[in-house]
Amino acid sequence: MEFKNLKLSKKTTLFIWVIIIAFIIAAPSILPVFRLNLLGRYLSLAIVALGVDLIWGFTGLLSLGQGIFFALGGYCAAMYLQITSSSEFPNNIPEFFGLYGVDNLPFFWEPFRSPIFSLFAIWVIPALVAGMLGFLVFRNRIKGVYFSILTQAALLVFFNFFNGQQKLINGTNGLKTDVTVLYGQMVGSESMQRMFFWITALLVIAAWFFSKWVVKGRFGNILIGIRDDEPRVRFTGYNPVLFKTIIFSIAGGLAGISGALYTVQSGIVSPQFMTVPFSIEMVIWVAVGGRGTLLGAILGAVFINYAKSLVSEALPASWMFIQGGLFILVVTALPEGVLGWIQGEGPRNMLQRFGLKRKIETYPSLEIKNKTEGLKNE
Amino acid sequence: MNKNTNSLLSLENITVSFEGFLALNDLNLSLKKGELRAVIGPNGAGKTTFLDVITGKVKPTKGGVFFKGKSLIGRKEHKIARLGVGRKFQSPRVFENLTVKENLEISVSTPKSPLNLINKKIKNDQLEEIEHLMKVINLSKKINSKAGSLSHGQKQWLEIAMLLGQKPDLMLVDEPVAGLTDEETDLTADLLKSLSGENTVVVIDHDMEFIRRLDSNVSVLNQGTVLCEGTMDTIQNNKKVIDVYLGRPEE
Repeated sequence: MEFKNLKLSKKTTLFIWVIIIAFIIAAPSILPVFRLNLLGRYLSLAIVALGVDLIWGFTGLLSLGQGIFFALGGYCAAMYLQITSSSEFPNNIPEFFGLYGVDNLPFFWEPFRSPIFSLFAIWVIPALVAGMLGFLVFRNRIKGVYFSILTQAALLVFFNFFNGQQKLINGTNGLKTDVTVLYGQMVGSESMQRMFFWITALLVIAAWFFSKWVVKGRFGNILIGIRDDEPRVRFTGYNPVLFKTIIFSIAGGLAGISGALYTVQSGIVSPQFMTVPFSIEMVIWVAVGGRGTLLGAILGAVFINYAKSLVSEALPASWMFIQGGLFILVVTALPEGVLGWIQGEGPRNMLQRFGLKRKIETYPSLEIKNKTEGLKNE
Repeated sequence: MNKNTNSLLSLENITVSFEGFLALNDLNLSLKKGELRAVIGPNGAGKTTFLDVITGKVKPTKGGVFFKGKSLIGRKEHKIARLGVGRKFQSPRVFENLTVKENLEISVSTPKSPLNLINKKIKNDQLEEIEHLMKVINLSKKINSKAGSLSHGQKQWLEIAMLLGQKPDLMLVDEPVAGLTDEETDLTADLLKSLSGENTVVVIDHDMEFIRRLDSNVSVLNQGTVLCEGTMDTIQNNKKVIDVYLGRPEE
């Protein structure tokens, strides 16, 4: 099975990239504001999908709790925006505190007055939380299904905790960002949103290159080794716990960045980011796009979400069926995802089925005669 | 404590109990540096558990394992590997989704820390080592093929090369010739023989002809303990061994 067939032909890669970059450049002028904003959001989701691909596609860790890190990043961004825009409210603290009779800013809000701290917090805090959680889990050699269940349980713990903390972070209502002010402009304004779109597009590409750098070479090979045969890696003298902790932490950091970008473009962060279905959807994007192919994760996230919004507009409530069907289709027919299928033997097999391409020889070297004959006939 | 100081590896009174079942029962064994040792025994004699104990996969219920004078008990697998214990598994376990070269890179790379691997290119002498290894196993032409596309015999050899690439002081080789052709078996025997002297090698196998070709000391395991030790000829004339192992008609 060609699981990690990263090498698209140069032409194909270039072609795909030209389309993507042209589209990003042209998007603000051809798309209505509403659509542009949606695209920006979906691009930010591509970053969390890259992280899922790193831990699942390459390292074999199926995390169902990436929503934790996604939400943490979102909360970090929202806290900064809220606190810097709270000067006209009583006690100079964000408005919602008034609802619960809180007069003093909780201590952990303080550092978020600093833009630099917040900029780092967006990815460092999720990465640290992921690193700590990961280290404890991996050190105890919890893997496979147990790892997935554990991450989902952690997600529920975070979800319930955030839901219940009205006095700290506005609980279930979440933190709004669209009416906050950044550099003298409303975050929800059109020009600000266009800005965020560009930033998101740039960061997706940066995250893609970063992920590529991580998985290329020996480090990435060890990750694949861990996925395919972890004990073998261990007996070769490597400590899988370290590698897994690092990659899980990287995925957490990417999720944080993704969550922050998603928050500023959707206008709110709330515990809804930490619901179980949302984290499972992240896995579906990667599965459909093609795990082990980084580009597949990006395309999966953007296209599935775009399809989701288009379908939901046309046929409300039908999306869940379509998404479920898509997932079943991929699992049964395209286990390597759409991009994995294209890169592998998929297209050739299909053409063969329709008689449009010769079958590949079992022993090509023994069938030279047939081949030359075939060429003559053509 | 470690009684025999000039031995590279010694197992002392090792007992491994799996919920009451004694996989190893008061096993004693020691290896000198540079020795080639064959370990045989009927199915369930504890051959693989014996390797598991040395490499840290299984913790013995009782007893001690000493390698270069250090106790291995309680050490993690990767630490034991770094001390210089290399292991080849029963069925070839190579990384099938990586190329032959990438497989060998994993084995020869040092230091084995994540930071080193992500930051730095592989060293030149390590690349030379890889080329050398590929010549030894005759896979130079397949350098960029996926290991999964190799034949069974080639995988066995690749795994042996990966073992060599780790430059272990002690090589534990579990059934290296299972599924190989006679010719490949002979080549493997010669390769292992040529390694001893400089390296200490433990070979576990069923194949009597192969063991005979190794021309080494043989330890016979039965029911988790060493039944007898000696050259192939002594072993084959030992009554106890004949009873439990050799005497059985082979189908």
